[in-house]
Amino acid sequence: MAMHSVVCIKQVPDSSQISIHPETNTIMRQGVPSIVNPYDLHALEAALTLRDRHAGQVTVLTMGPRSATAALRRCLAHGADQARLITDRAFAGSDTLATALVLAHAVAMLHREQPVDVVFCGRQTIDGDTGQVGPGLAGRLGLDPLSYVVEIDSLDPASRRIVVRRRLGSASQTIESRLPCLISMLEGTNQVRFGSLDDVLRAERAEVPRWSAADIGLDGSEVVGLKGSPTRVRRVFAPDPVERPTQRLETAEREPADAAAILLDALARGHPELLAELVGAEVARTGAGRTGLSC
Amino acid sequence: MLIRNRGPARHCAAAQASGVWVLVEQQHGEPHDVSWELLGEGRRLADTLATPLTAVVAGAAEHGLEAAAGRAVAYGADLVRILEDGVLRHYRTAAYASALAGAARAHRPAVLLLGATPLGRDLAGAVATDLETGLTADCTQLAIDPESGCLASTRPTFGGSLLCTIETRARRPQMATVRPGVMPRPEPDASRQGSVIRERVDLAEHAIVSKVLAHLPEPREDGARLVDARIVVSGGRGLGRRENLALVRGLAQVLGGEMGVSRPLVQAGWAAHGRQIGQTGHTVRPSLYIAAGISGAVQHRVGMENAEIIVAINTDPDAPIFDIATYGIVADATSLLPALSDAFSRARPDPARAGEGRRYG
Amino acid sequence: MANRFDAIVVGAGPAGNAAALTLARGGLDVLQVERGEAPGTKNVQGAILYADALERVVPGCRRGAPLERPIVEQRMWMMDESSYVGTHFRAPRGEGPPGRYTILRAPFDRWFSEKVREAGALLICETTVRELLVERDRVVGVRTERAGGDVHADVVVLADGVNSRLAVVAGLRPELRATEVALAVKETVFLERGTLEARFNIGRDEGVATEMMGAITRGMVGTGFLYTNKESVSVGVGCLLAHFKATGLRPYDLLEQLKSHPAVAPLLRGGEAREFAAHLLPEGGYDSLPGMHGDGWVMVGDAAHLNNAVHREGSNLAMTSGRLAGEAILKLKAGGRPMTARNLSAYREALARSFVIKDLHRYRRVPRLLENNRQFFTDYPELVNHAVAKMLQVDGIDKRTKQREALRAFRDRRGLGGLAGDAFKLWRALGSRGGR
Repeated sequence: MAMHSVVCIKQVPDSSQISIHPETNTIMRQGVPSIVNPYDLHALEAALTLRDRHAGQVTVLTMGPRSATAALRRCLAHGADQARLITDRAFAGSDTLATALVLAHAVAMLHREQPVDVVFCGRQTIDGDTGQVGPGLAGRLGLDPLSYVVEIDSLDPASRRIVVRRRLGSASQTIESRLPCLISMLEGTNQVRFGSLDDVLRAERAEVPRWSAADIGLDGSEVVGLKGSPTRVRRVFAPDPVERPTQRLETAEREPADAAAILLDALARGHPELLAELVGAEVARTGAGRTGLSC
Repeated sequence: MLIRNRGPARHCAAAQASGVWVLVEQQHGEPHDVSWELLGEGRRLADTLATPLTAVVAGAAEHGLEAAAGRAVAYGADLVRILEDGVLRHYRTAAYASALAGAARAHRPAVLLLGATPLGRDLAGAVATDLETGLTADCTQLAIDPESGCLASTRPTFGGSLLCTIETRARRPQMATVRPGVMPRPEPDASRQGSVIRERVDLAEHAIVSKVLAHLPEPREDGARLVDARIVVSGGRGLGRRENLALVRGLAQVLGGEMGVSRPLVQAGWAAHGRQIGQTGHTVRPSLYIAAGISGAVQHRVGMENAEIIVAINTDPDAPIFDIATYGIVADATSLLPALSDAFSRARPDPARAGEGRRYG
Repeated sequence: MANRFDAIVVGAGPAGNAAALTLARGGLDVLQVERGEAPGTKNVQGAILYADALERVVPGCRRGAPLERPIVEQRMWMMDESSYVGTHFRAPRGEGPPGRYTILRAPFDRWFSEKVREAGALLICETTVRELLVERDRVVGVRTERAGGDVHADVVVLADGVNSRLAVVAGLRPELRATEVALAVKETVFLERGTLEARFNIGRDEGVATEMMGAITRGMVGTGFLYTNKESVSVGVGCLLAHFKATGLRPYDLLEQLKSHPAVAPLLRGGEAREFAAHLLPEGGYDSLPGMHGDGWVMVGDAAHLNNAVHREGSNLAMTSGRLAGEAILKLKAGGRPMTARNLSAYREALARSFVIKDLHRYRRVPRLLENNRQFFTDYPELVNHAVAKMLQVDGIDKRTKQREALRAFRDRRGLGGLAGDAFKLWRALGSRGGR
């Protein structure tokens, strides 16, 4: 029985390369390449692995501007079978609630073309970082959300039974659920495969179909874009420069042992209590007490 | 496959909602420390809004929820709502989300806070969707906007280099998650009084699709104590070789602290993710943070810049870490770290050597 | 499925793009294979764009291409430890369009690649070509590292850069020698736009290019450069790899010294250094040119050592060679003629008729001259600087005496024979007719 997995991805700026303009404090987007959200690639690999075992199709889906087509192509180059871009000006300004709704409508459309068995999501994005779209999408579609999945232990398309292992902080669970379900993979559990030459040629030649709001039944809707987003960004600002005068210790040309002594001296002068604590010595308490952290 | 929409009639409008709620996260009887940090923050917000602070504890009978409720009151809650049912024995997103969303729908809090732990993030996303309300994740600051009376949630954006403040104006509850270690933990006050109410949990086991077949608490992963450590010694790419991480560990041990690393070392496989400090790792607020061979890129800084005292060691005098350091030392960490271990060790008051050598404090 | 194309271009740098664009525009089915994640990710340059060479490949390029600043002033500095003697040429923007622009390679390569794709070529990235497919001494395609990664074509254009393994593995080119290649490092230093323009005395749409030599290369054969971009400055230095190996000096240290030279430091003050990059450049000149065509293949750009080190011209040679290769191939295709070595020699001949080979031939003695005559990088800059310093000092000594002392300093250092010899060598290398 052929399976159909849908993988929701997002194209994001490569945040490891984003820098702030030293003068104007604005984001220097120029030259920052866009990449597929790395967490989504773990999801894609999980879907491809399922296809290895059960045959079937992997569809990649994203909501974004036209340029997000590039991210879809990369996923095709890794081996996905087909891609869909959900794009419409009406979606601009969507927060995670609205995004989850749009994706839900798109998945429902795909389901009509070919029944969807599993929806895969990455755990979070490196630009938005909220991790809300997965659970939101599951909620909308009535899918059981299986998050932080480390491995799919077994899946039986006939009986619709799936067993996964997930890691939730300090515990590991084995969970049984039913298809269709939504799975978000924990990162580091797999490595996305290198596509074959055919995959990459096919990816470059592919015409990626685009769906607008009307195509997925959200035409004129008030529940997408800014209007459908309960959260609003009120302001974006640079953090106050940390008021911390840095004391450069004169250790140039000194032997490490001397440099170490210089640091201990500086601590003795500036933070005697801390130093005492570090060396386990007794110190006369001033009565100020400790800070609120811990023990 | 049908789309679920609750419809505007079921939304909770701002005017109808009041009160600050904090979820006390617990698994198998162990409350997560972030809950107390959130109660501290929640107390502040509740006082500003002049409304009560409610802690919500969810779980099964064997989890000792009464005890957790007691602690919640000591940490500042005026009221604790206990959601207890066998369905909540193991964490399953659907079950916990139903229970929490149900309680929120019944009592209409204005604000609902959860810890941004794996469980918290997962649950928050599901609850926010159920209630069709706004959620801001990984906040570093919370405040009440004096004009709108709304919760102003501030979080890093664009890799941490900028901050953005987000509000949910029209829907309730306004939800936010906060990472462990970001908010200070209040002092518990065992003499505080508060009421405890047991809520009805209307959940049928057969309605929950997922079944937990096995549950294994895992050994505390490497770096679990990092978040609470008072002393952190951290190593970065400047260490050069994997073996040099031992120098970082050595100094951490001498100082009675924990070892941390920057992201590149985790990516290189030199250390577990549990030791990572930074935007995609832990946030720490130690009294002393020693950064060895770390350049101080913004993705790392956001994880440690609130440390009280920062000592930066780097061979590059222009490294950004020096902008936020209390003490900056331009030196090779691989030589300085062992020297520091040595110096701190020797500075220990040794009963056998009482009266001689250096003395501090 | 057998993957087959009319032509395969290995590499998406300036040479590869020029070739692929020309071929695609001519109606051929072209596959371009790039090993980086995207075009440009593996490419490094100063960078100066020679608009004429690009215009011949992409007409109207000035309108769409992401250009930084048109060069209105060229500076050439002969540097001593803390001073320099320089020549500046400055001309305001004239009638015609500017000839040179500073560019940033990342956005430029992306734009150039977009043009190639618009022309109809198929580009795949993150794919390394392991080896050429050869049948009966004919190149018939390439083998990539991906599964099922063989692709066949009538002709393969090798545009995979100075480090090209392909050509070496296939025996088409010998291993690069350390004396034939320079290692250059550069940094991009960000400055506030107004500050930059004030420091370099330029307007919004003007730029300065500075080439430097002398003490900054610590006795090694090499040069430094400083180019103004819109909001940053590209500063770098490069020397023969063999010399780096011999002296053990580190390129990064050399760059730091250059940046702290009293003539350079004030220009960079307050700037934020980012984007450090290193690259190899072909320096062997005419005498090190490999064979550039054969049965089923041609070589273009840095892979073919087409770099004019004397004038710091590389990308225009790259683009021109790519275009000429493309045109030669198109002509053969149109005439239904096979891609044999003999037929493809038309490319080499076109190259020889163009400035590419002509200039390289003209300066073919320079690499060896410089290598064997370090005094041009050590003694002369020092002597010239001292001489000029003395001449400009107003200290009561009469000018004639000063002149004689200056000349004596030269004579003492180099000897009369040495001076005459140096002059002759320079003339021979740079000026005289070389003969074929």
